[in-house]
Amino acid sequence: MPYAKSGKNNFSQMSRRALLRNAAVIGSATLAGSAVTGASASGANNLPPNVPQWMKVPGDPMGSQPYGTPSLFEKNVVKNISKNLPQYLSASGRTPLQDLDGIITPNGLFYERHHAGVPAIDPAQHRLMLHGLIERPMIFTMEDIRRFPSISRIHFLECSANPGYKKPYGRTASDLVGLLSCAEWTGVSMKLVLQEAGLRPEAKWVIAEGADAAALSRSIPIEKCLDDAMIVYSQNGERLRPQQGYPLRLILPGFEGNMNIKWLRRLHVSAQPAYSREETSKYTDLLPDGTAREFTFVMEAKSIVLRPSGGQRLTETGYHEITGIAWSGRGTVRRVDVSVDGGWNWQEAELQEPILPKALTRFRLPWHWDGQPAIIQSRATDETGYVQPTLAELIAVRGENSFYHNNAIWPWRIAADGEVSNAAND
Amino acid sequence: MLQMIKAHAIALAAVCLVTVTGATAQTGYGIGRTATPAEIAGWNIDIGRDGHGLPAGSGSVNHGREVFQNQCAACHGDKGQGGIGDRLVGGKGTLASSKPVKTVGSYWPYAPTLFDYIRRAMPQDAPGSLSNEDVYAVSGYILNLNGLLPPDAVLDARTMAAIKMPNRKMFVGDTRPDVENPACERDC
Repeated sequence: MPYAKSGKNNFSQMSRRALLRNAAVIGSATLAGSAVTGASASGANNLPPNVPQWMKVPGDPMGSQPYGTPSLFEKNVVKNISKNLPQYLSASGRTPLQDLDGIITPNGLFYERHHAGVPAIDPAQHRLMLHGLIERPMIFTMEDIRRFPSISRIHFLECSANPGYKKPYGRTASDLVGLLSCAEWTGVSMKLVLQEAGLRPEAKWVIAEGADAAALSRSIPIEKCLDDAMIVYSQNGERLRPQQGYPLRLILPGFEGNMNIKWLRRLHVSAQPAYSREETSKYTDLLPDGTAREFTFVMEAKSIVLRPSGGQRLTETGYHEITGIAWSGRGTVRRVDVSVDGGWNWQEAELQEPILPKALTRFRLPWHWDGQPAIIQSRATDETGYVQPTLAELIAVRGENSFYHNNAIWPWRIAADGEVSNAAND
Repeated sequence: MLQMIKAHAIALAAVCLVTVTGATAQTGYGIGRTATPAEIAGWNIDIGRDGHGLPAGSGSVNHGREVFQNQCAACHGDKGQGGIGDRLVGGKGTLASSKPVKTVGSYWPYAPTLFDYIRRAMPQDAPGSLSNEDVYAVSGYILNLNGLLPPDAVLDARTMAAIKMPNRKMFVGDTRPDVENPACERDC
């Protein structure tokens, strides 16, 4: 296992029932308290030339898990939720990006950010209201929404503060940029719904509001609403999770996460933005001269190496694949360059198909580690030609108090013993 | 040549599609029903930065002090100095410093936003539970703590919309992309 986690697997947290159920599989490894992911001593009974234990008895019968969950051995791959947040009603939980493959985030690991907890909404009692500068104010049931022609598209979603500009920066890739996920969304074109109600010419903004206890509201320019905005009810093939806005949410491809209103209940078509608390006192970008940018919607091009990355360890020299993800709120990723020498030299990585607009794109580069200390990092270029900047370049313009929209290159330091850490914290 | 023909065919198909879509949009899908004025009035809680949508009623700074102690102080501190909840008071003159303090007084551009936000989202454990009079009063008290209203003030739709927040003119548009990485490849 080339990138062993430095943390130990904690089987003491496993439920007693789960332990009993899997006692036959785990065997004496649990009793000895050693990690089962490595070639532990007990595991030798299951290794050649011996026949493994799980071939000698039948497994769980059909129906043991009406809704499937990951293997018990993946128990540590969970959302990254800080244990010392000031509160947990307005809080966020991160995707463990470094433990995932491909470009799609499993629904159970999709990042979360809510401002007054997660409401439990009965879809039969949920309504979407459309009013303001339209010919016909409308009310839709969930059944109504699902009658419209449907569309499915793959898009990333990223919190605009992911991460901040100040030290200390996160230890792992998830700590750094884990407020990022990507899914296939299914719903209806927002344009279609607005056209159904008949937009008036003076309509310039749509104020969207959630049915959570924060009644979170954000203003969206009409151009975006008539471009690629979606009103969605499904995520990766199943209905939205409650944490993702069940039963209905907005997806504004490439725009900061906060605008993608969850638990969507109301669309107020207007000539003016609302200047809501979320788009004035929050989600505005303070600059060193005391001015602040408002209505900063687009998430600019960004990338990060996920393996190897902070908190992992290279246990062997020789061949390693460097892999990570790149994305841009302005369209497709055109190329990703990787440096393994602290940024002196860069080489183009291979982009994994599919390369989709405003979606995560996976990149890879074969690498031979000679056992010497190294600094590795990636740099994305999107279809507009925009190049992901360094943190120093961003801070030179925005200072350290801008808080939002930090899309800097993140360097990982690999020590001689193989430990990987965040070089930006040095 | 074959490619050109193909391109023409695609273009033609696109024109047809647009025509069909256009016709469909005109007739509509007939999905959903009309929202009544009463339904809209019950749900529309948006208040414009100019005070548009502010309800009737009023509240005094004095009453706001009581509301604040009962409903807000546990999270925001008894003087709005912050706690589990955001700091609400002070920070004037700090925004261009290395340690900016963003509060209602130092940062928020529009006073009516206070009413909008408190009514829709506060207090965190019982949003929507305050009367309009309480929301006016507690908004007035927070503005008073920031030196933006005298202690004997009474806030209503007209007086709230008339308040000039000190930081109003400090917001600018999005000028990104604002950095240009030269994308050096060798001996950088």
